[in-house]
Amino acid sequence: MRHLLSIEQLSKAEIESILERAESFAEVGRRDIKKVPTLRGRTVVSLFYESSTRTGSSFELAAKRLSADLVSVKAAGSSVDKGESLKDTVATLSAYDPAAIVIRHPHAGAAQLVADWSEAAVVNAGDGKHEHPSQALLDVFTLRRRLGSLEGRRIWIVGDVLHSRVARSNLIAFQAMGAEVTVCGPPTLIPRGIEELGCEVSHSLERLGEADVVYVLRMQMERMRESFVPSLREYATHFQIDSRRLGPRQLLMHPGPVNRGVELSGEAIDSPQSLIAEQVAAGLVVRMAILYELLAARGERPAPAEGDGAGRPTPIGQPA
Amino acid sequence: MRAGEAADLVLRGATVLDPAAGIDGAHDVVIRDGRIAELAAPGSAPEDSAESVDAGGLHAFPAFFDPHVHLRTPGQEHKEDIETGTRAAAAGGFCGILAMANTAPPVSTAADVAALRERARAEASVPVAFLATVTRGMEGRELTEMAELRQAGALGFSDDGLPIASARVMRRALQYQRLCGGTIALHEEDPELSGEGVMHEGAVSAALGLAGIPSVSESTMIARDATLAAYEGGRIHVQHLSAAESVEAVRAARAAGVEVSCEVTPHHLCLTDEQVRGLDASRAKMNPPLRADADRQALIAGLRDGTIECIATDHAPHAPEDKEVPFEGAAMGVTGLETAFAALHTDLVVPGAIDLALLVERMGGGAEPFGLERPSLAPGSEANVALCDLAAEWTVGEDGYESRSHNSWCAGRKLTGRVLMTIAGGQVSYRLRSFSLGVAS
Repeated sequence: MRHLLSIEQLSKAEIESILERAESFAEVGRRDIKKVPTLRGRTVVSLFYESSTRTGSSFELAAKRLSADLVSVKAAGSSVDKGESLKDTVATLSAYDPAAIVIRHPHAGAAQLVADWSEAAVVNAGDGKHEHPSQALLDVFTLRRRLGSLEGRRIWIVGDVLHSRVARSNLIAFQAMGAEVTVCGPPTLIPRGIEELGCEVSHSLERLGEADVVYVLRMQMERMRESFVPSLREYATHFQIDSRRLGPRQLLMHPGPVNRGVELSGEAIDSPQSLIAEQVAAGLVVRMAILYELLAARGERPAPAEGDGAGRPTPIGQPA
Repeated sequence: MRAGEAADLVLRGATVLDPAAGIDGAHDVVIRDGRIAELAAPGSAPEDSAESVDAGGLHAFPAFFDPHVHLRTPGQEHKEDIETGTRAAAAGGFCGILAMANTAPPVSTAADVAALRERARAEASVPVAFLATVTRGMEGRELTEMAELRQAGALGFSDDGLPIASARVMRRALQYQRLCGGTIALHEEDPELSGEGVMHEGAVSAALGLAGIPSVSESTMIARDATLAAYEGGRIHVQHLSAAESVEAVRAARAAGVEVSCEVTPHHLCLTDEQVRGLDASRAKMNPPLRADADRQALIAGLRDGTIECIATDHAPHAPEDKEVPFEGAAMGVTGLETAFAALHTDLVVPGAIDLALLVERMGGGAEPFGLERPSLAPGSEANVALCDLAAEWTVGEDGYESRSHNSWCAGRKLTGRVLMTIAGGQVSYRLRSFSLGVAS
């Protein structure tokens, strides 16, 4: 694996390999010193054109836990603000010879373009409404820890599927791992033709009882102004997952951030069925595994262990 | 077109095909003083001082007419200008093109039209006609001085690039057309339905998470404007049909007696929205978007049964910086002049979807809807000839482009069939560089 651009590119075996690696990092996370030297001397650029709390911070912490040097570029306050094109920004950052570029961008295909323009391994941290592969991997990781296998499990993805990159990546990942997926939401928020990805479509929660896992998507407030739903109240009446609708043996997931009282009721969030906190924890170890898989597992360019004999200095903190 | 030497040559032993004129057979095509003097029996044309071209095994067609080209002049000459755009047209076998008015600023005044015609007389390799906008500055609110624009030489009107969103403005334009004449060419799209869409709405847009432009965004506007044209007795031309519903809407309008013509592009006839999966904006982003295969089949059927009378390239050059960005942010449009015939020959004629005669007929069908004469090989006609080698294989872009821009929808594709020489408006306007000519001694 040279880049992580989409879930679609990964086989089941590749997904499993990343998740097993993540398990080993989970073990590191329980130690007092949570840092490993794997990526010492290598540079990871985090390039975020959209705001993000979870994804951005967990990728950055993952890079630091692996001892990489981190350059964090946010669109606001950078040359991007001054109208620099993505291509020129990538060319500029490439001067630092980064081992990896983690990019989030509001447009589909941005990560692929960066991969075309740069020598670095590229991680798609969300491209438009297209894909969010690291989210899908951490969700599969979380579910496998709880369920063992996803084979034959029924997963309902509920909410604003139309505007959700998480829905698309998870739909593909869950199916790759053997689960059966139903997407559910009002017809205005389910994209025409989505069933050709192999899922079922429902516009009602009537059959929600059949689900082993209920994966709820964030309802964005601005969708209401665009008349995708008449009101949040009506949306909640039909699609909010609350303690009445959520069965005791069903697992509840959400990619965050949650709108309490809209797509999820407060008691559902805090219920024992909820895996939301585990998803966040999984985010860190899965993202460490992704960086490791891309930069260290293949051993393409190991960090220099000592002076190279050409007069260049030994990297700081390494034995001479 | 720039003044030059009138063509004086003989195409010896060419397979001559002009379905509209009922010509189909081997002839020596004798061109004298820029006109078709004679279609002589092969080998019978006299040897004289005129240039002699060995056209054995080659096809001579009436050169093509493209009713939909963006020359980007004035204002965006870094993408294309009259010289490069008409050179691209000549390389594609076209003997005439119609330039769209959505330049920067748009062609909205008589002075704009006059200036463009003046420049074309100095720079153009093939005859160019100009449209003016329907509304001032393409703002969709007030009509341009349509009568004065016509007097200045505007062939017709179009706000192409944008629809005329207001039904009231559209109706007024059709009413005023009774005074000034000139076909109104329409980019049919309901901006409310298209919204932020960047590709066809369907399974591929669902998979890519891209906002979709539904087929009905086009067909509902065609139905609206056909109804208005019927009510006002107007004459409309529907540009770049893309959807099955649109073909049906035109068919219904014509059956109801509306004076409507329409065009289809090579890329909508050859590609589907599957092409967008690679998110390559340079090749696959345009408006109207590439649609589903059922739409493509409906367009081919419409071309065959005559619902669609002509092929138009919607040649839309863009600079690399407008295309080398993520798909959603990229400019809409692809170039097509240099590849139109070869691509349609490769994708439709060779596999048997349409026959060669139909393609040749439709490639010339864009002149009459705008009141121009169809290019013809009948003796006595002005010489407008596309000399083609149907067996030649070539890779698009391998030798660069005549166009200033490189956003060809079939860049890198291997095509079968190539234009070797174009005679336009009675002058030789193009010869393929490697096409060697035997000159009679």
